[in-house]
Amino acid sequence: MADGNGPGRITIAGLAFAFMMLVLIVVSLWLFIAKPWWFPELASVRGGDIDSVFTAVLIVTGIAFVGVQGVLGYFVARYGTRGTERAGYWHDNPKAEAGLLIGTAVIMTVLVFMGQRVWSDIYFTEAPAGSLEVQATGQQFQWYFHYAGPDGVFGRTDAKLMTESNPLGVDKTDPASKDDIQSPEMHAVVDKPVKVRLRSKDVIHSFFVPRMRYKQDAVPGMSILVWLTPTKTGKFEIACAELCGAQHYRMRAFLFVEKTEQDLNNWLKQQLAEQSGD
Amino acid sequence: MQVQHATEHAHPQLGFWRKYVFSTDHKVIGLQYMITAMAMAVVGGLLSMLMRLQLAWPAHAWPTLGKIFPVAFAGNIMEPGFYVSLVTMHGTIMVFFLFTAVLTGAFGNFLIPLQIGARDMAFPFLNALSYWVFLLSCIVILSALFVAGGAPLGGWTAYAPLSALGEASGPGEGAGMSLWIAALALFTVSGLMGGLNYITTILTMRTKGLSMMRLPLTQWSLLITAVLGLLAFPVLLAAAILLLFDRAGGTSFFIPSGIIMNNRLLGNSGGHPLLWQHLFWFFGHPEVYIVILPAMGMASDILSTFCRKPIFSYKMMVYSMVSIAGLSFIVWGHHMFVSGMSPFLGSVFTMTTLVIAVPSAVKTFNWLGTVWGARIRFTSAALFSIGFISVFVSGGLSGIFLGSSAADIYLQDTYFVVAHFHLVMAIAPLFAAFAGIYYWYPKMFGRFLNETLGKLHFWGSLIGVYAVFFPMHVLGITGHMRRIYDPLFYDFLKPDQAMNVFVSVSAFALATVQLVFLANFFISIFAGKRVTENNPWHATTLEWETPCPTGHGNFGDELPVVHRWAFDYSVPGAKNDFVPQTVPPGGEKL
Amino acid sequence: MPVLTEDKVSGGIGVPPRWNAPPGGGGGGGGEPDSSFPISSKQIATWLLMTGIAMLFAGLTSAYIVLRGVPTWESLQLPPLVWVNTLFLIASSLTLELARRSVKTDRMAALRLCLGITAILGIAFVSGQIMLWRQMTSSGLLLASTLHSSFFYVLSGIHAVHILGGLIGLATVSVKAWSGRLSSISFEPLRLCATYWHFMGGVWLYLILLLVFA
Repeated sequence: MADGNGPGRITIAGLAFAFMMLVLIVVSLWLFIAKPWWFPELASVRGGDIDSVFTAVLIVTGIAFVGVQGVLGYFVARYGTRGTERAGYWHDNPKAEAGLLIGTAVIMTVLVFMGQRVWSDIYFTEAPAGSLEVQATGQQFQWYFHYAGPDGVFGRTDAKLMTESNPLGVDKTDPASKDDIQSPEMHAVVDKPVKVRLRSKDVIHSFFVPRMRYKQDAVPGMSILVWLTPTKTGKFEIACAELCGAQHYRMRAFLFVEKTEQDLNNWLKQQLAEQSGD
Repeated sequence: MQVQHATEHAHPQLGFWRKYVFSTDHKVIGLQYMITAMAMAVVGGLLSMLMRLQLAWPAHAWPTLGKIFPVAFAGNIMEPGFYVSLVTMHGTIMVFFLFTAVLTGAFGNFLIPLQIGARDMAFPFLNALSYWVFLLSCIVILSALFVAGGAPLGGWTAYAPLSALGEASGPGEGAGMSLWIAALALFTVSGLMGGLNYITTILTMRTKGLSMMRLPLTQWSLLITAVLGLLAFPVLLAAAILLLFDRAGGTSFFIPSGIIMNNRLLGNSGGHPLLWQHLFWFFGHPEVYIVILPAMGMASDILSTFCRKPIFSYKMMVYSMVSIAGLSFIVWGHHMFVSGMSPFLGSVFTMTTLVIAVPSAVKTFNWLGTVWGARIRFTSAALFSIGFISVFVSGGLSGIFLGSSAADIYLQDTYFVVAHFHLVMAIAPLFAAFAGIYYWYPKMFGRFLNETLGKLHFWGSLIGVYAVFFPMHVLGITGHMRRIYDPLFYDFLKPDQAMNVFVSVSAFALATVQLVFLANFFISIFAGKRVTENNPWHATTLEWETPCPTGHGNFGDELPVVHRWAFDYSVPGAKNDFVPQTVPPGGEKL
Repeated sequence: MPVLTEDKVSGGIGVPPRWNAPPGGGGGGGGEPDSSFPISSKQIATWLLMTGIAMLFAGLTSAYIVLRGVPTWESLQLPPLVWVNTLFLIASSLTLELARRSVKTDRMAALRLCLGITAILGIAFVSGQIMLWRQMTSSGLLLASTLHSSFFYVLSGIHAVHILGGLIGLATVSVKAWSGRLSSISFEPLRLCATYWHFMGGVWLYLILLLVFA
């Protein structure tokens, strides 16, 4: 067509590009629908909400992705030329432009509101009274967990008292610290909320429990409180998710979710006995 | 490089050094930036190849590498500290010394006077100075690889206190980190000098008839980028100065009290690590737009040329670039959702971040609108500008996940982020830069790049970049963290290893394809097909009025006069399917 | 029908464009404008430079404002010398203004006198700052003593570096004044130097008020 209306010539380059876009769409649909590799199995309440936000965004962006890449491939295949044929000269459509702009803005707004509800649930609601509280402290390249014990009061800690054998600097003269335990393992009880207070001794670390969808940076000089409710028992990996030095990759810990409170208390008693015996 | 003298000059003949090395001609300076940036790209690329080697086969013995780098490969196995310093230097070199340098420095310098109808920049000497300071900054950053302790290991983001505590916090945090800061300070000064030149030149030296709304989008993008740089880079410099004092002066800007390092309680007090992040990202977010905006501008113009069709909605393209630039200053907190920053701020930044998606969406629709009804000439430059759209859309959409604060709780610091920023900040600008090189090479050197090799380069790169970076989205979804020396250390990552191998092998293939481009680039300078006309692509903008290659002084005795915008392709009733900007109204029929 | 956008000459005020300028005329960056843009390129460059410097100090002082709120903040007492130095800097702006007025009315002797006094006052400021830092260190107020002292040293130090830059500019202008290259119809270098100098004086007033009263 020499006058710019209608399709151009179909070219090999155009077809090849369209084919690439098709492959891209098919592969991405496979990856995101068949999910050969996907989120690790969910094990917390809040994590489910986070997964919902992800799914909502996935649907919106998935449609946009398939739409744009598909249309791009189609246009490139259809509107080639092998000579000096003319294209159309039209280059404005304010109504369409306004429509697309407003449509995008509306979709973004909806996503913001959906995500906000989850965000405020996570950050602006307090843990139920009586929740188990753990103080988690990161250091190069190890996590330590501090439990208050039966008295429910954390023993005083002081940076000046920190040594290799007393990594959290617990003040042994404080009576509240008598029943405290410190451990490189974290334990919690299934279906019971647990408050985690994050601290760091040296640089920024990040407390990441993939199966709980839980991540929070541990910043020196700050004490950051977040809480979660595990929904499955078992042993869960905790990773450090903020570059903290050469051995950053080794900074792993484990979260053990017990079936009952009794199991947790047994573990605490056992730890206390071992630590007193030292 | 042959420089044809298109006019008689009052200048005395310059010697070799004044003409080709210490030149104040913007075209020479632009090429100097380009070659230097390409060299830095090779270094940055090699660093990432080493990273991918480690990720695919962790703790594998590499005797050859052990011989070349005995300290980094003690016992023939890569040291974890070395891996993290590779991550740091790869990021730093690519973001600043490749992308900012090649898009703003190389193309900005080469194109601005040519496309606005001027003979050179407003301040040619300052322009040359900006290059030499840039070169110095390259030397300084590379030297960080060779000092005792090695290169820094805080990532290109250099979060405090890791970056502020000196050697005690890790290898490379001594002299290496100090050199890193010095290199960035020099780079900032160079950038400031360039930005001053660009803004002044575009504002004051446009030729007669070239109003702002007749500028090619390349020029708009360079102007807006220069303004962004002027406002953002000094804040990086401020942060770097404070960091330097924390390291060397014992101050506590970023270091709180109670820090235990090597079992010793440090005496600092009062500082806040998050302050570094706020300052850094206040600069860092505009920086990513400093990288992508010139890419958008160039890709848009080149797309229009080879579609033989005006860019769809030029006005909205300009307004969207301006609004992206403005909005870029109020979204920085989306890098800090899980940083310990107030969750209230997290809500605010989610809103602003999803707002900034809108102008980018507008641009995407306009690129599609340009291709619709086009007549595409499939040159290498055209293919890369089309590929740019695909890659930018892929990278941009993943940003929506990350901008949603709730989803970001999980995705932050995983490979999902790595996929996002590589596609949108590395690959898309790279494709635009390649489009620019294939397009303007004739203007620079008077020769064509080999088109067959160019097409090979394109198809290999398109497949390669998707093979490398698309799986990373999935890796992030499985929870694969960033900057991890040995993923196999974690049970939950073991199923990912096949994907890591796939990504690494694809990366090696992608890098090999780039060798084709490098060979093409350098060989064609001497052996490429000669350009026989001023305007081989039949484009409309002013640089195509000049000979290929353009001589000193750019235009002949008289500067061009502009009568129309830059997008008169396929004008109905015109004799040719393009009408240069200099053709007066009615002249297109002749 | 071909659609042309508006056929407007860029800028379009004042100096007529030299479209037939000899080659090399646009490249020298000389004082005379060779486009019809109403502001000279050197003036724009000066304003852009000041914008960049303003952002540098904005970054530094935003850090100050953030950390000012820490509960362990200890305010320091600055030696009174800081106010003497401030007066020197204010005075130097005044004398530089007098210099500008002198050149506008072609009073070259007055111009040179005022430039000289400005330079002396500027040098007095910088030396006074050095003396101030020495006073502070000898009284135990070191760089790392408190956050407040750290900020004082860093902010006043970086400011002093920029004043040194201004002194170099002043020296260049003075050379021009002494060699007769300034006159009432051509004094742009002086005007730009004065703009920069007043700006850095303004920055100092901002800094000192922030450091002392905020």
